[in-house]
Amino acid sequence: MEMIVASAVGVLTAAGVYLVMRLRAFPVILGLALLSYAVNVFLFSAGKLTTDMPPILSPYGEASYTDPLPQALVLTAIVISFGMTAVLVMVALGSFLESDSDRINLGRSENAPMPDDDGEGDAT
Amino acid sequence: MSEGNVFLIIIALLPFAGALIPGLMIRAGRNACASFTAIPTALALTMLIVLAPGVMRGEVIQYELQWLPQLGLSASFFLDGLGLLFAGMILGVGLLITLYARFYLSGEDPMGQFYTYLLLFQGAMLGIVLSDNILLLLIFWELTSLSSFLLIGYWKHLPEGRQGARMALAVTGAGGLAMIGGMLILGNIVGSYNLTDILAAGDQIRAHEWYMPALILILLGAFTKSAQFPFHFWLPHAMAAPTPVSAYLHSATMVKAGVFLLARMWPTLAGTEAWFYIVATVGLITMVLGAVIALFKDDLKALLAFSTVSHLGLLTMLLGFGTEAAAIAATFHIINHLTFKAALFMTAGIVDHEAHTRDIKRLGGLARLMPVTTVIGTVAALSMAGIPMFNGFISKEKMLEEAAHTVWYDNPWIVPALATLGALFSVAYSLRFIFHVFGGPVRDDYPAKPHDPPFGMWAAPALLCVPVVVIGVLPHLAEPLVNVAAGAVTGVEQHAHLKLWHGLTPALYMSVIAVIGGAVLLLLHRPLDRAWIAAPRPEAKVIFDALIGAAVTLTRGVTDRLFTGQISRYLAIFVAASIALGLAAFTGGGLAPANRAPLPVDPIVWVGWLLLIGATALVVVMHRHRFRALVLIGVIGLMIASGFVFLSAPDLALTQISVETVTIMLLLIALHFLPKETPAESGPGLRLRDGAIATAAGGAVAAVAYTFMRRDVDTISDYHLANSYEGGGGTNVVNVILVDFRGYDTYGEIIVLGIAGLIIYAVMETLLNGPAARRLRAMELSQDRSRDRHPLMMVVATRVMMPIALMVGIYIFLRGHNQPGGGFVAGLVVSIALLMQYMASGFAWTQNRQRIKYHTMIGWGVLIAGLTGAGAWLAGKPFLTSAFGYVHWPPIEEFELATAMAFDLGVFLAVLGAVMLMLYSLSRLARHAGETVNLEPMDYDPVVREDKREEEA
Repeated sequence: MEMIVASAVGVLTAAGVYLVMRLRAFPVILGLALLSYAVNVFLFSAGKLTTDMPPILSPYGEASYTDPLPQALVLTAIVISFGMTAVLVMVALGSFLESDSDRINLGRSENAPMPDDDGEGDAT
Repeated sequence: MSEGNVFLIIIALLPFAGALIPGLMIRAGRNACASFTAIPTALALTMLIVLAPGVMRGEVIQYELQWLPQLGLSASFFLDGLGLLFAGMILGVGLLITLYARFYLSGEDPMGQFYTYLLLFQGAMLGIVLSDNILLLLIFWELTSLSSFLLIGYWKHLPEGRQGARMALAVTGAGGLAMIGGMLILGNIVGSYNLTDILAAGDQIRAHEWYMPALILILLGAFTKSAQFPFHFWLPHAMAAPTPVSAYLHSATMVKAGVFLLARMWPTLAGTEAWFYIVATVGLITMVLGAVIALFKDDLKALLAFSTVSHLGLLTMLLGFGTEAAAIAATFHIINHLTFKAALFMTAGIVDHEAHTRDIKRLGGLARLMPVTTVIGTVAALSMAGIPMFNGFISKEKMLEEAAHTVWYDNPWIVPALATLGALFSVAYSLRFIFHVFGGPVRDDYPAKPHDPPFGMWAAPALLCVPVVVIGVLPHLAEPLVNVAAGAVTGVEQHAHLKLWHGLTPALYMSVIAVIGGAVLLLLHRPLDRAWIAAPRPEAKVIFDALIGAAVTLTRGVTDRLFTGQISRYLAIFVAASIALGLAAFTGGGLAPANRAPLPVDPIVWVGWLLLIGATALVVVMHRHRFRALVLIGVIGLMIASGFVFLSAPDLALTQISVETVTIMLLLIALHFLPKETPAESGPGLRLRDGAIATAAGGAVAAVAYTFMRRDVDTISDYHLANSYEGGGGTNVVNVILVDFRGYDTYGEIIVLGIAGLIIYAVMETLLNGPAARRLRAMELSQDRSRDRHPLMMVVATRVMMPIALMVGIYIFLRGHNQPGGGFVAGLVVSIALLMQYMASGFAWTQNRQRIKYHTMIGWGVLIAGLTGAGAWLAGKPFLTSAFGYVHWPPIEEFELATAMAFDLGVFLAVLGAVMLMLYSLSRLARHAGETVNLEPMDYDPVVREDKREEEA
C-alpha cells in the first residue's frame, strides 16, 4: 500500500512539475493543482497509512485510531490551496485580458533595463 | 524579564520617542519646534546626570530586558565611565546643536524634518554607547549609518548633498557589514553576546585562532565609521550637509563612534602586535595625511573636515599603542577635541551664514566686523593648534609624550617624527584658520556684509569655549571624568595626572618644533599652495565613483543574465536545485532501517491507482486541450477523495470532494474567457529537459514518501486522541484539533481565505475599470452558445434541491464536532448549493435574491471566530480555550453545546463568503463580455408561453 501511495505522489509531482514549467498560464494552474494534490497526499501519508480506523472516538471502549494531526493539517491545506488556485486563476485571467496573451514568460524586450538612477543623474 | 535601573532604557529610547514630536510641532512655529526637540534631549541628559555620581564612584549601572533569549539577544544596556563620557557628549552637544540649528536653518528649510532626523540619529548614537549586547549595538550602529544618511542628504536639492550622503552610507554601511561578521565571531568565541562577558574574556579571544579575522572585520567597521585612511574620503564629502549636522556628526558623534568602538573593545582586542601595527599605523598615517591636506583646503568646512580626519587618526593611533597611558591620553583628547571642534564648526557655520562664503581666499579681516565670532573662533583654533593655556595643548602634549617612546619595527624615531610632523601641520592649518579668516585687512568684496550673528547663534560655540579655556588652565578639573572613562577603557582603575607644566620633556621640545614649524609653514603658504595645486594627486571621489560604477555594471550584468523574465526557467532551476539538495541530504546517511510493516493491498485499490495514474498521464499528454484536461483533473480529485475514504480520513474525503467541485467550476468559468487550446510552443529539447527534471522530481518525492511511510515516528497525536473528548468535548478528533487544539491556525487560515477572496474581488474591480473591460466587450465568445442557457429541467431541479442541499450543509455543520463534517465542509457544501442556483437560473436573477453581501459574510465569520476565542479571556483562560456543556431540552435528546461550535460557525461563514466572493467576482466578467442579463429564471418559461399562446388566440 505504501508503494502505491508513494508512486501516486511521485506521478502527481512529476506531472505537476512538468506542467508548471509550460509556457502558458493555464497549464501552470493545472500543474499547481496537481502539485497541491501531491503535497496534500504526501502530508497526509506522514501519519500512518491505516484502513478502517478513522479518528472518530468510539463510544464502545478501546479502539485504535489513525493519526488525526496530519488530517487536520491537510484539511486546511486543501481549502487554502483552493484559495491559492483561485487567486492564480484571477491573476492569469487578468493578465490575459490586459495583454491578450497568457504567456507567463517575459520577452527580452519587455525586460527593459531599469531607469538610470546612479550618481551621474545628479549632475544635471 | 527586566531588571536593573530603568532610567537607562528610558535614556536610550527617549530620542526615538521624541523624534515624532518636531514634525508635529513645526506647525506651532520654529521656536516651538526647536524647544520641543530640546525636551527629550534635556530629559535624557537630566537622567544621565542623576545617574552620573554613581558612575563617577566607579559603579556600572545596568538594565536588562530579555528579548530573544534563545538567540542571545536581549535589550540590555549598561553605563560605565566610557558610556557616561560619550552619552554626556552626545546629549550635551545635541542640546547645543538644537539651539544653534534653530538660528542656522533658513525659513525655507523643513525644520521639523531636520529635528526628527537629528533625534533619530541621537538615539542611535546613544544606543551604541549604552548597549550591553553586541547584537543590539550592531542594530544601533546600522541606525547611525541610516540616520546620518538622512542628515547629510538633508538638503536634497543639492547634488553634493545627495552624493555625499550616498557615499557616507556606502562606506559606513559596508564597514558596518564587516563589523557584523566580526562581532558574530566574537560572540561565538565567547559563547555570549553580552558585551560585559566579551570584555571579560579578552585573553580567550586573543588566543583564539579566529582572533585575526574578527579583529580585521571589526576594525573595518571602526575605520570606515571614523574615516581612517584609506576610508577617510567620505567625511569631507559629507560636509555638504548643513553646518549643524557637520558640527554634530563630525565633532561629537558619528565619527567618534568608531573611536568609541576601539575604546570599548580595547580590553578585548588590544595588546597584541597585530592590533598595534594595524591600528597605530593606520592612525598615524591618517593623522599626518589629514593634517597635510587640511592645510591646502580653501573651504572652511573642508579644512575642518580634514582636521577632524587628522584628529581621529590621532585618537586611533593612541588607542593603537595599546598602553594604559595612551588610552588615558586618548580619552582626554576625545573630550578636548569635542569642545574645540564643535565650536569651530559652528564658527565656520556663522561665517558662512553671515558672509555667504566659506572660501578662505575670499575671506579675511573679519576680526573688525565680527568681534565676538573672532574671539570664539580664535580660542577654539588655538586649542586645535595645541597652544598652551588651551585644552588642546595638554592632550596633544600627552600624545607626543606617548609617541616619543614608541618603537615601530625597531625604529625608535619614526613615530615621534611623524607625530611631530602631524602636529606641525596641525598648527599650520589652525593658524591659517585664524589669520586668513579673521586677520588681515577688511575687504570690500564679501558676497554679503558680515556682522556678528544674534546671541542665540553664538551662544552654543561660546559655551563650548568655556571648557576649552578652563581645562586648558586648570586641567586637573577634568581628571575625575578622564579617570573614570579611561578606567572603563582599560578595565583598570586609573589615576591620571593632568598638568599644564610637565617640565622639559621630549614632548615639550616636539611641541615647540611643531609650533615654530607650523608658523613658518603658514608664512610659506602661498608658494606651497601653488605647488600643491600643480601637483598631481589621486581624487578619492573619482576612484570611489569608478568603483561604484564598476560594481553597478557587474551586478546589472549578473542580474540581467539571471533574471530574464523567463519564469519557467526559474522554476526549472529551482526544482533542479531542490532535487540536488534533497539528494545530498538523502544520501547524507543517518537513515534508520525501515521498521514499519507495510499495509496489505486491497485489490480494489489497484483500480483507483490505475485511474489516478492514467488520468494524470492523460492530463500531461492532452494538456493543450484545456477542457479535456480539466475533466481529467476532476477524475484525479475524485480518486484522491476515494483514497482518503479508504485510508480512514472521512473528513478529508468530504473536503476534497467539495473543494474539487468548486475548483472545477472556477476553472470552467475562467476557461470561458481564456483560449481553449494551448499552442504547442516548446520544442522537443525543452520538453525533454522539463520531462527529465519532472521525472527526477517525481522519483525523488516518491522515494522520500515511501521511506517516510515505512518508518515509525514519534507523534504528538496521542495527546490529541486522549484529550479530544475530555478537553475539547468532541469525538471527531480532526474537528477538535481544528477548532480547539490548533484553533489559532484555523483562525489564521480563514483570514487568509477571506483575504484571497477580497484580492480576487479587488483585482476584478480594477480589471473591469481598465483597458481589459474594453477588450472584453469586443471579445467574440459566442460561437457555439446554447440557445437554452437556463433549461427548465435544471432550474426546477436545482430549486427542489436547494433546501435539501442546505439541510445537508447544516447537518454536516452540526455533527462536525463528533462525526465527519464541520465548518469547512459545510461552508463548501452550502456554496455549492448556491452555485447551482447561479448556474441554473442565471447570474442576475440569483444575485437579485441575494440579501447578504459576501464581504460581510467573511467579516462576520472572522469576527465571530475571533470573538469566540476572545471570550475565553473573560473566563481568565488563554485565547481560544473552548468550553462545552451538555444541555437537555425535553422533547429533544440531550445534546452538547460547545464554544467550539461558535468558532466553527465563524469558519463556516468565512469559507462560504470567500468561496462565493471568488466565484461571484469571476462571473462578473461575463456581464462585461456582453452577456445579456436574464431577468427571468428560464429562457423558455412554459407558463409564460401558455399565456402568450392564449393571448394570441
